[in-house]
Amino acid sequence: MHEMSLCESILQVLEQQAEAQQYSKVKTVWLEIGALASVETEALRFSFDVVMQGSLADHAQLEIIEVPGQAWCMPCSRNVVVQQLYDLCPHCGSHQLQVNSGDQMRIKELEVE
Amino acid sequence: MVQIEQDILAKNNRYAAENRRYFGERGMLALNLVSSPGSGKTTLLTETIARLKDDFDIAVIEGDQQTARDAERIRATGVPALQINTGKGCHLDAHRVGHALETLQPKNHSLLFIENVGNLVCPSAFDLGEAHKVVILSVTEGEDKPIKYPDMFHAADLMILNKTDLLPYLDFDSEQCIQYAKQVNPRIKILSLSAKTGEGMDSWLRWLKAELELQRIDYA
Repeated sequence: MHEMSLCESILQVLEQQAEAQQYSKVKTVWLEIGALASVETEALRFSFDVVMQGSLADHAQLEIIEVPGQAWCMPCSRNVVVQQLYDLCPHCGSHQLQVNSGDQMRIKELEVE
Repeated sequence: MVQIEQDILAKNNRYAAENRRYFGERGMLALNLVSSPGSGKTTLLTETIARLKDDFDIAVIEGDQQTARDAERIRATGVPALQINTGKGCHLDAHRVGHALETLQPKNHSLLFIENVGNLVCPSAFDLGEAHKVVILSVTEGEDKPIKYPDMFHAADLMILNKTDLLPYLDFDSEQCIQYAKQVNPRIKILSLSAKTGEGMDSWLRWLKAELELQRIDYA
């Protein structure tokens, strides 16, 4: 969706952390992106390179850890894996599902110097 | 290696929490209205304001990429409105809404409508501090919108099916549309109305009044 503004937010976090964690260059960024976070990882990679140009993370490598979507099925009383928000429960076919994982987008770890 | 474990939207979420506190302290009801362009959001707003403005204080924040046309339409109804032009941006963020509040200075116990940029994708991820996201879908759009743009329907608490006066001229399948919306979000509430003819407006007004009343409760 708005991968460019997400990358700008990432850069802001990197710049803020540079002072606190005392680094001047970011070599690798690990992101955790949920399958239900509505982030297009290819668009994110493209925007990442563009936004990081000339910054402390210029030419940094982007590593994306994809987290599967998970929801609690109320009729089955258990967690099930979902690919989309409109998926039905793979066991009972109900749509009474509450997403409880896989909608996150987090910066997990950095390799810095 | 540095572990940072930070949410990418953490900054927006901090501003959203500030806005939410602002609304809470003032007993205000803030609603984030989202839809595709042309769903009739602004007409729904002007018709709603005309029916409520004698009994409630109302203010509006309008988000559009360009022009102040929508804010002008709202001001013509006699309530304060502030236009935010997002320029190249595709959504409102909590920081800009916070700034708008400083200028707009809404009254205590007022009803604040935040009309987001017409876009069913990006605004779903940006919390503005609102009590509810209200998604507006017009019957001219096709009943499969909720499953084509599931994020927004998943994030909304209320869906308004607008322009129902046009149903006799269209192949729109309302029942199927409602079923799709509930498939994406089993908790979503749905109202059908025509802002133009006024049919169904009564339920929407009752929902707004009930929600406003809830904001007046002082919890321990």
